[in-house]
Amino acid sequence: MMAAPDIVIDVHGLSKSFGNRQVVRDLSMQVKRGEIYGFLGPNGSGKTTTIRMLCGLLTPDAGSGTCLGYNILTEADKIKRRVGYMTQRFSLYEDLSVRENLEFVARIYGIVDPSGAATKAIEKLGLTQRQNQIAGTLSGGWKQRLALGACTLPDPDLLLLDEPTAGVDPKARREFWNEIHALAADGLTVLVSTHYMDEAERCHEIAYIAYGTLLVHGTVQEVIDHSALVTYTVSGQGVPKLTAELAEKPGVMVTPFGARVHVSGRDHGTLTDAIKPFRQAPDLQWEEASPSLEDVFIDLMSTAKDNFQ
Amino acid sequence: MSGREDTSRDDTSREDRSREDTWGSFWRRIGAMIVKEFLQLRRDKITLATMVTVPMMQLVLFGYAINTSPRDLPAVVLMQEQSDVSRSILAALQNTKYIKITEIARNEAEFDQLLKSGRVLFGIEVPAGFERAVRRGDKPAILVAADATDPVAAGGALSALGQLVQTALVHDRLIPDSGPPPFEIRNHARYNPAGSTQLNIVPGLLGTILTLTMLIFTALSVTRERERGTMESLLAMPITPLEIMLGKIAPYVIIGFFQATLIVVAGTVLFQVPIVGSMALLAALTTLFIAANLSIGYTFSTVAQNQLQAVQMAMMFFLPNMLMSGFLFPFAGMPVWAQWVSEFMPLTHYVRIVRAIMLKGATLGDLQLEAAALVGLTLLAMVIAVTRFRRTLD
Repeated sequence: MMAAPDIVIDVHGLSKSFGNRQVVRDLSMQVKRGEIYGFLGPNGSGKTTTIRMLCGLLTPDAGSGTCLGYNILTEADKIKRRVGYMTQRFSLYEDLSVRENLEFVARIYGIVDPSGAATKAIEKLGLTQRQNQIAGTLSGGWKQRLALGACTLPDPDLLLLDEPTAGVDPKARREFWNEIHALAADGLTVLVSTHYMDEAERCHEIAYIAYGTLLVHGTVQEVIDHSALVTYTVSGQGVPKLTAELAEKPGVMVTPFGARVHVSGRDHGTLTDAIKPFRQAPDLQWEEASPSLEDVFIDLMSTAKDNFQ
Repeated sequence: MSGREDTSRDDTSREDRSREDTWGSFWRRIGAMIVKEFLQLRRDKITLATMVTVPMMQLVLFGYAINTSPRDLPAVVLMQEQSDVSRSILAALQNTKYIKITEIARNEAEFDQLLKSGRVLFGIEVPAGFERAVRRGDKPAILVAADATDPVAAGGALSALGQLVQTALVHDRLIPDSGPPPFEIRNHARYNPAGSTQLNIVPGLLGTILTLTMLIFTALSVTRERERGTMESLLAMPITPLEIMLGKIAPYVIIGFFQATLIVVAGTVLFQVPIVGSMALLAALTTLFIAANLSIGYTFSTVAQNQLQAVQMAMMFFLPNMLMSGFLFPFAGMPVWAQWVSEFMPLTHYVRIVRAIMLKGATLGDLQLEAAALVGLTLLAMVIAVTRFRRTLD
């Protein structure tokens, strides 16, 4: 039963405080095998802390659960063997070359032919030309590829990626996500935290965490539907003035998207009343739209702020 | 309208820029740096605490411990005759503050063994027929053998002994109270007959240099991983604290051994320091000593929060090693509590080992206590390091 559970991550009631600051509260989550699970939330919302608790780098104050069928409280050693963890900050050796870093990882995991394993990983990463380059001198995008290569090299069952694409250019990000999808197609489970909405939309399932609390989870469509937001897209000359005036009104959220704005609200009545004076303005074009994931998250965040701060 | 505002803002910023070249701004920037340094220092509580406590601790420790004109140096007496004169001499020796009779030898072999093992620094031998020879006016000799591997300790006491014996015999009315003494004191500076300082210093220096370099090597090893952020990856990998420690210490054992070889070769070539004893034993015990210091350095590394603290801890440990191990000042001259403190420092044991092997030709049998102490200190440091090592980021 332990060998191949269908739920790879199954934790309940996780809590963690540093000093008197509670970083994660009563967090429960399930991640299915072979799934790409997006972990979203603002800075300092507890994403990194949660990931660290999953792989045994932090001890939860409360709560319990399993990761790959192993108890996260007592079997961290077994979890570490089968989890690839990519840290938010580059944490390989900057004074070793690409190849030396990969061979080091291979040896730690007891791979029989470390040099061969490193060669294979280097080819797969497209780093053949740079295999003898010192890791510290790589650009951000290559560092991130190397880090991904290092954590997939021991052939793990679960990848924990903590903001893997922060500070990486769009092309490298796209390639990175193609790679993640290829890995998931091979049966690898991936938990990835991110700030980017387009990346969230590439996940099979997402969870949104703010102030240490998991607020919502499901597929992207489920999360949007669940929000029950009503959204209008507004464009035209009068947009700056509209933005300024609506920003004061309770129950209305204005999000700029280039020259246009999204005007959203949870309560249909309040929203309709608030926008009524502007509906007929000649310099504004109104259009009813489906809320974007970003609208939903900003709404969730402001609600969460009221509840938890 | 907005255009004019922009122009005026440009003017002020140009003025700001021109001010940057004046003396005032030179001091202002230095001031900014000073404030920043103090702010950072204020957050480093351990460094602040050590700034106050360490100098005080060391002042008190060394002030009370170090004594360059030591008293109560351990000595052995061998009396080859029982007579009024010999009893008078023994009584005088027991009353002096310079030496302390800790052993009475029964024969020459025992006398030599005690000196060689380092348990005594002096041996005083009154030959058979001494009293008769004094009465006949033959001017017999009292042998005073000193362990001259430590010339500082030997020097003061040697010069005092002749006068001491004469005064005692006059007092007991065994010799006339005027005229030249009817006996002589024959000094024998063993293991270093020329009293060469280099013979004393070079073996001790070997230990001191190794202590400093080995401590620093490993003291930085864990803090460096933590500061560079590589610790997080390392902890997420399946490797245990014991494996990390042994893997980090092992390379420096080899480097330390190489360094030791270099110092020994230079010592013999440049300063003509002999190696009387076994080269293999010296190599084996030196390796053990290197491992002891590396383990202690590694322990500091697991306790310190940053590299600065680690280096401070290493220096804090190094200073008493150097001053209280018997390398610079006579060990026997320190108060008993200070001697006990020094027993917990690898250099104390190694100074005895290296002097005994290089200058006295001591064997493992003579040095088993010192070797055991080094093994003990190494294991103690390793146990502390492995248990102190934090496996999580909590």
